[in-house]
Amino acid sequence: MMVGDQPLVIAGREIRNRFFLGTGKFQSKEMMRETIQAAKIEVVTVALRRIDLHSPTPENILDFIPAGTVLMTNTSGARTAAEAVRLARLSREAGCGNWIKIEVINDSRYLLPDNLETLKATEQLAADGFVVFPYMYPDLYFARAMAKAGAAAVMPLGSLIGSHQGLKTREFIRIILAEIDTPVIVDAGIGTPSQALEAMEMGAAAVLANTAVAEAGDPPGLACAFTQAVAAGRLARLSSPPQPRDLASPSSPLTGFLYSSHDPG
Amino acid sequence: MIRVEEIRSILASDNRESFEKLAEEAATLTRRHFGRAKSLFAPLYLANYCDNGCLYCGFSQDRPIDRMCLEPAEIDAEMESLSGTGIRHVLLLTGESRSMTPVGYIRDAVERAHRRFATVSLEIYPLEEPEYGEMIEAGADGVTLYQETYNRTRYAELHPYGRKADYEYRRQAPERMARAGMHRITLGVLLGLAPIAEDAAELFLHLESLQRQYPGIDLSASFPRLIPLPDNPIQGEPVSDIQLIKLICLARILFPTIGITLSTRERPLIRDKALHLGVTRISAASRTTVGGYASRDCHDGQFSVQDERSLTEVITMLKANGMDPVLTDWHSLPADGQ
Repeated sequence: MMVGDQPLVIAGREIRNRFFLGTGKFQSKEMMRETIQAAKIEVVTVALRRIDLHSPTPENILDFIPAGTVLMTNTSGARTAAEAVRLARLSREAGCGNWIKIEVINDSRYLLPDNLETLKATEQLAADGFVVFPYMYPDLYFARAMAKAGAAAVMPLGSLIGSHQGLKTREFIRIILAEIDTPVIVDAGIGTPSQALEAMEMGAAAVLANTAVAEAGDPPGLACAFTQAVAAGRLARLSSPPQPRDLASPSSPLTGFLYSSHDPG
Repeated sequence: MIRVEEIRSILASDNRESFEKLAEEAATLTRRHFGRAKSLFAPLYLANYCDNGCLYCGFSQDRPIDRMCLEPAEIDAEMESLSGTGIRHVLLLTGESRSMTPVGYIRDAVERAHRRFATVSLEIYPLEEPEYGEMIEAGADGVTLYQETYNRTRYAELHPYGRKADYEYRRQAPERMARAGMHRITLGVLLGLAPIAEDAAELFLHLESLQRQYPGIDLSASFPRLIPLPDNPIQGEPVSDIQLIKLICLARILFPTIGITLSTRERPLIRDKALHLGVTRISAASRTTVGGYASRDCHDGQFSVQDERSLTEVITMLKANGMDPVLTDWHSLPADGQ
């Protein structure tokens, strides 16, 4: 964290590393652990579907997450608000905490989130005391409604999951950043540190990536690069002069004549 | 666009270079969409009674084999033994007998399985839509159903009597599952019963139409090869290793996000290599006999297991190949209050 910056505070928890990591697709769980440690990752998402809730197995993912890391379980696999709510409760009962990233996806080809069902789940889970992070398609109305429902942050997608295409939804995320006060965490499609940096320069509170790091030749190395890029983007944002307002105009070519003292008439 | 001529020509081609390219594309898509995760499951046979006379099948009613149906206490013992190995996803199977293994019996087995496993799937006779709903309520979220062959003439010859003789009832079953809200649906043909290019094309069209109508379903395809019974006139058309691998690659390229399953009827070499090319789910440490995991072992299995490696051995193999073994991949969500 750079001088002058404040940590991101969510539900009373101070977060200094604003690069969040997803834990799927790693070559091994050992490599995932090494990556979290190397890049000093503070927040990880884990798919609840992958957590063994019943009995210890030799491959339980939770055993590979370093102590002190904030666990944000996600409802990957849920197709409806009802399923997401049930998974979230299952997660809390299993002792996985109450930070929940709501993923409601009802399209197996594009994996795009269903904003309507996600909003319903956000309303129910926020009311039930969860710290809720809805993964969403960047739509202003839904972002507002999720914020109003008590989301701790909204997580608009940059582009299709795993596509590495970066901020294809840039203009819509920009609008959400401008219009809501709830933190915005850009998630999905972030393939390079420079794309993460851009999201932070725009004003995102944090960035989450998974596939790009997990599939890298050197996952710990790339995770460190992401962490630094996110910090650089944050610093750039904080250090930039105020943006000129879109509505202001430096001169008045159409109305200036009304104020002219050289009226020939 | 799925064209049978193209599939036929790919299967028949001996151009190794284009085969390698096909495999490369399939491997890339598999990595992109599934990363290195490979999920593991095991079958558990509840019964081998069958009301049908499928001419190629070891469980056919006409075959003089030992018939068994596990009692509730035996089901518990089997599940205890299987879950003790570390398996968290169980596939419950029966022969296709509504009379000997009615819906209530299967439902009870699903409830028992739900108490011990994270995920419960079924491979049973086709049900009515509300009956699939009952299975979901009990805790099942996946169903595998093989059309066996999509060639209607051949289908009629091979399935002379019983409920299974009704081609259309079986063909419509995946839609009934989808309407009932089943999460995972796995389709397949028994390769070798009919010309494979035609069967593969029909299977792909079936998958495509389900994907379009029910985009939320986790669809999978499975590619079992017919293992001819030794004393049986139905020997089928042999399907080579090359043809099998080509079909797996084609399925992956046509459907980048679907699951692909390969059972232990294939030998280790084929299974291990196919994991790179498209396969995302494999069974491990499988017993295909009723009562195979605990004590009461009925010797007549549905097919002979070619890959007898233990779960630990399969996990070791996956890791050695840079893959991530996934034992828990979903938590069955039965009806509220259970």
